[in-house]
Amino acid sequence: MNYFTNNHVEERRVAEEKEDEEDEEGNENDMEAWERAYAEDRSWESLQEDESGLLRPIDNDGVQHAQYRRRLRNLSAASAASRIQKGLIRYLYIVIDLSRAASERDFKPSRMAVVAKHVEAFIREFFDQNPLSHIGLVTIKDGVAQCLTDLGGSPDSHIKALMGQLSCSGDSSLQNALDLVEGYLCGIPSYGHREVLLLYSALTTCDPGDVMETIKKCKRSKIRCSVIGLSAEVFVCKHLCQETGGSYTIALNEFHFKDLLLEHAPPPPAIAEFAVGNLIKMGFPQRAAEGVVSICSCHKEAKVGGGYICPRCKARVCELPTECRICGLTLVSSPHLARSYHHLFPITPFEELSLALLNSSRHKLQKTCFGCQQSLVPSGNRPGLRVACPKCKQHFCLDCDIYIHESLHNCPGCESLRHSKTVNNIE
Amino acid sequence: MSVLKKSKKNNKRIIVWKLLSYCFFKYLREHLSVISGPVTVMDSAPSKQYSDDVSLVMVLLDTNPFFWGGENTTTKVSFSNFLNHVISFLNSVLLLNQLNQVVVIATGYNSCDYIFDSSTSESLNVSSGNGKMPALCSKMLQKLEEFVIRDEQLSKENSPSGIVSSLLSGSLSLALCYIQKVSRSGRLHPNPRILCLQGSPDGPEQYVAVMNAIFSAQRSMVPIDSCIVGVQHSAFLQQASYITGGVYLKPPQLDGLFQYLSTVFATDLHSRSFLQLPKPVGVDFRASCFCHKSTIDMGYICSVCLSIFCKQHKKCSTCGSVFGQANPEVKLPTDRKRKTIDLNAAYN
Repeated sequence: MNYFTNNHVEERRVAEEKEDEEDEEGNENDMEAWERAYAEDRSWESLQEDESGLLRPIDNDGVQHAQYRRRLRNLSAASAASRIQKGLIRYLYIVIDLSRAASERDFKPSRMAVVAKHVEAFIREFFDQNPLSHIGLVTIKDGVAQCLTDLGGSPDSHIKALMGQLSCSGDSSLQNALDLVEGYLCGIPSYGHREVLLLYSALTTCDPGDVMETIKKCKRSKIRCSVIGLSAEVFVCKHLCQETGGSYTIALNEFHFKDLLLEHAPPPPAIAEFAVGNLIKMGFPQRAAEGVVSICSCHKEAKVGGGYICPRCKARVCELPTECRICGLTLVSSPHLARSYHHLFPITPFEELSLALLNSSRHKLQKTCFGCQQSLVPSGNRPGLRVACPKCKQHFCLDCDIYIHESLHNCPGCESLRHSKTVNNIE
Repeated sequence: MSVLKKSKKNNKRIIVWKLLSYCFFKYLREHLSVISGPVTVMDSAPSKQYSDDVSLVMVLLDTNPFFWGGENTTTKVSFSNFLNHVISFLNSVLLLNQLNQVVVIATGYNSCDYIFDSSTSESLNVSSGNGKMPALCSKMLQKLEEFVIRDEQLSKENSPSGIVSSLLSGSLSLALCYIQKVSRSGRLHPNPRILCLQGSPDGPEQYVAVMNAIFSAQRSMVPIDSCIVGVQHSAFLQQASYITGGVYLKPPQLDGLFQYLSTVFATDLHSRSFLQLPKPVGVDFRASCFCHKSTIDMGYICSVCLSIFCKQHKKCSTCGSVFGQANPEVKLPTDRKRKTIDLNAAYN
């Protein structure tokens, strides 16, 4: 009986797979060919000419993986050069230029819309990677800088405020924006990292005084200023970034802009004199059971259901991270802290195994990827590329390699061996 | 007035007609597609339905010999008894939908490995030699035995030093890699979820790795269900289930383990929204400190790297930064905060 059903399952599965392929093709046919080319933009770039002059689609997997490896190497080289000190508690102001220049239509539909769209994604990514950090939004319009949201830790409130304020006019003023932000960032605790990220559309700045003085002031208050330009390089921006230790980049197109923006999401290397290291006393409250009635200290009313109990004074608070209203203890949940630990304990990049080695010792090699059990034996059009962890010597497929380094941050091989771990601990 | 009433009535009538005709057309379409041959049936098979109730269940089986062979036999079942329950559960998951897929990963003391995958032809087509056991059972038990023997050999080289936790982080990582492979395979993949059958206590040294796995699962929207068969609650799995939206359950009576498994963990993710599943009794959000690996509910955080310490240090052992002031709370300016310090003194 069992045998029979199982066989049947197998048949159905094959059928489903076929259908799967058909479905995908069917879906692509919904659009006209010219529409598709336009929607995907630059579809011609995914073709290349081979030796005989025929057009072939680019082997995307290989190219992507090569790109990814280059990025990974750069990252690991950078982290090896400096000690693993990163500014994990960040106070970042995003300054958005909403001057006349932001209505230019070289980015579709307009620079302003593109900026808003990607800033939204950036804010979410930022809080995912820097859970204890704060963001504030500032806009420049009609030569005046205006504070849109105060420094805060809730992504939704920022995004809501930004989406309500999308209109542009007048000139842009670098000095006004920097003055405003500098005023706000003065008051933050000494261990926090002060940062400004300017998304600058204009090619000019219309200032009430000497902008160089303001730049010096920013440098004195240890604010790291970075600029992403949407048009062309401007001297004053470059000068600002050089002086304050930030980065200055110019976006070529929308995708490039997105990449440049998201590069600011992971915490930057900490600069020792910028923020003093400190021990902060924090509490890790437990979540109360569902259905328990208690009076919360933040809203001062009786509430039913899960809240958090301050470990020092046993007061109930509704949300984390926060500061206890009664005893002033900073309350976080340990997951908030743990979110950033992969920055501290990065896993080593895997080594690519050369084909020569594969050919010489084929009989000894692992047949499947250690992570996902996918076959690693070369077959037909699949070259059977593989990588190996330098510590546990397990082999992985390229997809797992990317997943492990970009999302999981654990080597499954090292994690499933106890003695390799004890060695690590001793180190 | 009467005209108005009439038009309202007409409106109602039109709506009813619209509904009826809609139902009729829907019926007709389904019916016709059946008549006109198998190709159309495939085309009309909605992808949504397939991904809704087809599940991929990754079962992480705790095989830690120090737990199952230990002397703390208060409410425990034996390992063979436990396996009986689990295998019946796996069979019932496979029976619920013929496209369901089950993968079992053993979480040992020294290693982790895949021991069963219902999608591979090898595990399905081989029937057992003596015909007493169903194929699923024999194949899995055979691999499980091999795994336990290998695991034991590894532990002979280095004897345990007090810790009896199993390698949860390893098996979670393996399961997530497998799920990534399945979700790469196309649009119509089964809904993945992870079920941890955990008995042994948490290993504090795995804290960072387990948390990394939890966040990765959260990002790819994979719920981690946990069923605790041990004596203590597991803080790791409580957090895992809470963060990823899974179910955490510690059955009070292990004799009826199968019943708990089948009523709580067998249903697919879509049907879960209609069920009254056990609510979390309270999640332990305490962290473990980096210096002694003990669980604390109040501690000191390095502002540079967010390492957790249970005592004040002059220098951070993780990132090497030297701390400026001894107590940053002293220099807080506002009135409210000053009161705070008095309270602090009272509490300390």
